[in-house]
Amino acid sequence: MTGKPYRLPDDSGAGRLLDRSKPLSFTFDGKKMTGYAGDTLASAVMANGRRVMGRSFKYHRPRGLITMGSEEPNALVGVGTGSRREPNLRATQVELFDGMTSVSQNRWPSLDFDVGIINNHMSRLFPSGFYYKTFMWPKTFWHKVYEPVIRNAAGLGVAPDGVDPDSYEQVHVHCDVLVVGGGVAGLAAAQAAAANGKRVMICDETPRLGGIADISNELIDGKSQLDWVREQAASLTAADNVHVMTRATVIGHYHHNYLMIFERLTDHNPALAAAGAPRHRLWKVRAGKVILASGASERTMTFANNDRPGVMLSSAARTLVERYGVAPGLMGLIFANNDDAYITALSLKRSGVGIARIVDVRENPQSEIITAAQDAGIETMFGHAVAGVETSAGGKQIDAVKIAPYVKGRGRVVNEITVPADFIAVSGGWNPVAHLWCHNGGKLQWDDTLACFKPKSHDDDIAIVGSANGTMDLAGCLKEGYAAGEKAGGKARLKKPRVVVRKQAPVEPMWFSPATGKYNEGNKHFIDLQNDVTAADLELAQREGYESVEHTKRYTTLGMATDQGKNSNVPGMGIIAEATGKAVPEVGTTTFRPPYTPFSFGAIAGTQRGKLFHVIRRTAVYDWHTSQTSVMEPVGDWRRPYCYPQGGESQQDAINREILNVRNNVGILDASTLGKIEIKGPDAGEFLNRMYTNMFAGLKTGKCRYGLMMNEMGFLMDDGVTAKLADDHYLMHTTSGGADRIAAWLEEWLQTEWYDLKVYVTPVTEQWSQFAIAGPNARKVLEKLGSDIDLSHEALPFMAMATGDIAGFPVRLFRISFSGELSFEVATPANYGQDLWDKILEAGKEFGIAPYGTEALHVLRAEKGFIVVGDETDGTVTPHDVGMSWAVSKKKPDYIGKRSLEQAFLTEPGRKQLVGLATTDPNEVLPDGAPAVESGKLTGHVTSSYWSPTLKRSIAMALVKNGSERMGEKISFPLADKVIEAEIVDPVFYDKEGARQNV
Amino acid sequence: MLEIKCPVCGVVGEEGDFHGGGQAHITRPATDNPANISDEAQRDYLFMRHNPKGLHFERWRCDRGCGKWFHAARDTVTNEFKAYYSIRELPPVELMKAATGSWAEYFKDKMVTK
Ligand SMILES: [Zn+2]
Repeated sequence: MTGKPYRLPDDSGAGRLLDRSKPLSFTFDGKKMTGYAGDTLASAVMANGRRVMGRSFKYHRPRGLITMGSEEPNALVGVGTGSRREPNLRATQVELFDGMTSVSQNRWPSLDFDVGIINNHMSRLFPSGFYYKTFMWPKTFWHKVYEPVIRNAAGLGVAPDGVDPDSYEQVHVHCDVLVVGGGVAGLAAAQAAAANGKRVMICDETPRLGGIADISNELIDGKSQLDWVREQAASLTAADNVHVMTRATVIGHYHHNYLMIFERLTDHNPALAAAGAPRHRLWKVRAGKVILASGASERTMTFANNDRPGVMLSSAARTLVERYGVAPGLMGLIFANNDDAYITALSLKRSGVGIARIVDVRENPQSEIITAAQDAGIETMFGHAVAGVETSAGGKQIDAVKIAPYVKGRGRVVNEITVPADFIAVSGGWNPVAHLWCHNGGKLQWDDTLACFKPKSHDDDIAIVGSANGTMDLAGCLKEGYAAGEKAGGKARLKKPRVVVRKQAPVEPMWFSPATGKYNEGNKHFIDLQNDVTAADLELAQREGYESVEHTKRYTTLGMATDQGKNSNVPGMGIIAEATGKAVPEVGTTTFRPPYTPFSFGAIAGTQRGKLFHVIRRTAVYDWHTSQTSVMEPVGDWRRPYCYPQGGESQQDAINREILNVRNNVGILDASTLGKIEIKGPDAGEFLNRMYTNMFAGLKTGKCRYGLMMNEMGFLMDDGVTAKLADDHYLMHTTSGGADRIAAWLEEWLQTEWYDLKVYVTPVTEQWSQFAIAGPNARKVLEKLGSDIDLSHEALPFMAMATGDIAGFPVRLFRISFSGELSFEVATPANYGQDLWDKILEAGKEFGIAPYGTEALHVLRAEKGFIVVGDETDGTVTPHDVGMSWAVSKKKPDYIGKRSLEQAFLTEPGRKQLVGLATTDPNEVLPDGAPAVESGKLTGHVTSSYWSPTLKRSIAMALVKNGSERMGEKISFPLADKVIEAEIVDPVFYDKEGARQNV
Repeated sequence: MLEIKCPVCGVVGEEGDFHGGGQAHITRPATDNPANISDEAQRDYLFMRHNPKGLHFERWRCDRGCGKWFHAARDTVTNEFKAYYSIRELPPVELMKAATGSWAEYFKDKMVTK
């Protein structure tokens, strides 16, 4: 077909969508080509005499287009360059624009010569299940041999380079009625639903409403269907209560009529993107009612080498001629089992395309349109089937078609005749497009007359109409469309159009046409063109015992490509049925999952990229931190300074300096992220008693207590200091990451279990700035700032708190310490946070104050053996395991986790316990998570590990089996390149008596 | 994505605006004396759940709305919400009667008190 002109002349009447006054130039695989405004990439490439559009996935056989739209399995292309290159687009759906760069896929080095074609000749070595059978062994080959080979040979398309330059949006909307599909049935449904003022959305995945009305031959109200759909589309577009969307594919239907629509705004016109329009929009729609009018897609009939370029669906051939003025070839042969193919024959004839004959498997079909075709001089041949094709140019050129008498169920063909032709238009009947029906649990049933699955039942408020419902005649489509629209929108007073019903001869199901010659030698019967699954593969799977269709699918990969088996599922099941002597519904049913078609990652991300990817929380001092350091650490949604390197200091040097400054002078930490929850009410004390493992009822006003929180399974989930502000008023501190979770946890218990308790829970984390001032000079700094609170050890001892003023700021002052040093945590309303911070730094200057970050905080606490919930615990660790049995009350009647803590498996010996580790080589720092191995068994793991500048050696904590009874023993931690030995020690490394914090 | 109605504040919203709290009507054993509760009873309280095909009773929280917990009766096959009711209440009697399997067993002696 190369080089010949295939564009039909303007006066042939073909090419309805073309604007021949607007020529466009584009490239396909580097070759300059021309087309017209209105072309698809597929039609333009065909018009330039190029039929091969890609190579197949497994055998690298040359492939051309098969279908007319989004269901295309073969003609997959990459469009655009660099960061705007998009792979795996269906050429039948890509609208041509001037300057388009496009490439075919799965071919190397070129489409005409392809090294992967060797797979075709070795196909006996590539039966179904080949990957399972071959690449299982030896395991070591996977990494170095199999995977790189498979990845090079397979794969679909090439991903874009760099950052996506386009913008994307997501839109959330509600509507009363969503109509999916803008064909005749959908238009009727939308009109009826909108007639009483309901808010209606109607969307279609093509650039215009109308479905296949323009390639159909029936009349509505005496007018062509095309005129009728144009009128309907215009009136819907003009209606205020109707939102018409084109280039908009409904890709998923979810619970309670929640749907996703993928709208393409600029792909057909890059000028719009350049002007700043979003490229894609993902619409998330909650619809009161859904009407599916998604139409039907034509299916093929399988014969030997039915994948050759030039074999296409009858509807695709008709579309090429009628819409794009492109002849699929010079001489076509039509292969049919139904009347629809005769419309194609008449269309080709009218446009001057040669027709060899119509080969119809039916014995003696009779209808108006068959007579019309015969009257037009088209030769018909009944009771026959296409048995194969004769090709040249490495399979890229069809020369002739082999035809044999057809007897259903017969094996190898004996007699056959050969008819010259260079393309075949196949029509094996139509399958309802019921994908969306199935997404949320809609059931299908087999229809013997139509030989297809059609919708049966659904639990949602959803209707399905027209050919999507298996109603293949025009009158039925209109009737169902209006009826569903009226049911959704209320009885409408619409004048219904009239249609003259013309009788059609019934379809005769036909799945497989036998061939001459040896089976499967040079005679591949393709079922799934995208995944290269043949009839022989399906039969092999049956022989090997994959009786369930679900197993067969996974074994052969039938229907598991990006087209989700739109073309192959039903024929595949038909062939399995014939091979096993079962009826199709006995073989199984089929279902579909979202998305209906692939859609872009950009649409999924929407505007949530770059700075908008994740909203972060900032303390009042955030800007100051970022002016002093660039090393920020994510803690939940917060960003906290990790350390503050000075001058050319390394991070480790900065951390060491910050730690020693706390130990020797005074440091300041922004602890505002610490969770703060106010607990108020007459039963607040009792409530805390039940939430924490230890006793809170006896706590005196003005005092603080450390509390451990378990979940109902007895495992640690949070810890923190709670202060008593008044008899009925407490302030709970939680971990920074746990603040929201713990607030919700408290609420849940108050609302759902202990609703008799009179308690309010109010999260106030962001209302307060809170700073830890820690170190031997801490008191001096506060004294310099000036306060109405008596700061002496006697008046405000360790674990006491007071409210008052510091440097004129209203504060809550807590004498609590996570560093082991003399420490005050001062909280002030967040709006004063930055001011107070500045004042503290100023006052602290003469005492050597310096800010410290989260890493210093962690080392300081580890030197003291304080746990961090989430480091020392992992959701399977009890208070006993971390050596905190002292905090577990034996007196309280009830608290969360109490009973579980006594379950047999939590009390039996041999659990892991928290210990300290001192490496034999003090300079060796164990990695976090390093496993302890003894006698070949895993007996523990490192939970925290640091260099301690205070002790000038490494320190670590670990959970080790029976650890608390094994002080002084040595255990080893094998790593990838060495083994580290460590002694089990007390986890408190520094100031065991706690003298430093108690001054 | 289910569409859910909060019976406390009345908002109708997306599932993502709510928080699912699992099965409803779980009785928490008193813990005054742990010895009164066998390990098996504690296991059942913590882990054993109804898993009906059909009418089910669950807890939800109006997470992005009023923050209140509530009960809902939902058909796990059709996803239809049959009722929303207070976190402190048993389901409407007609739904307790409609319950099947282990739920029917659970509600058997609770309908009179309602
Ligand atoms: Zn609410």
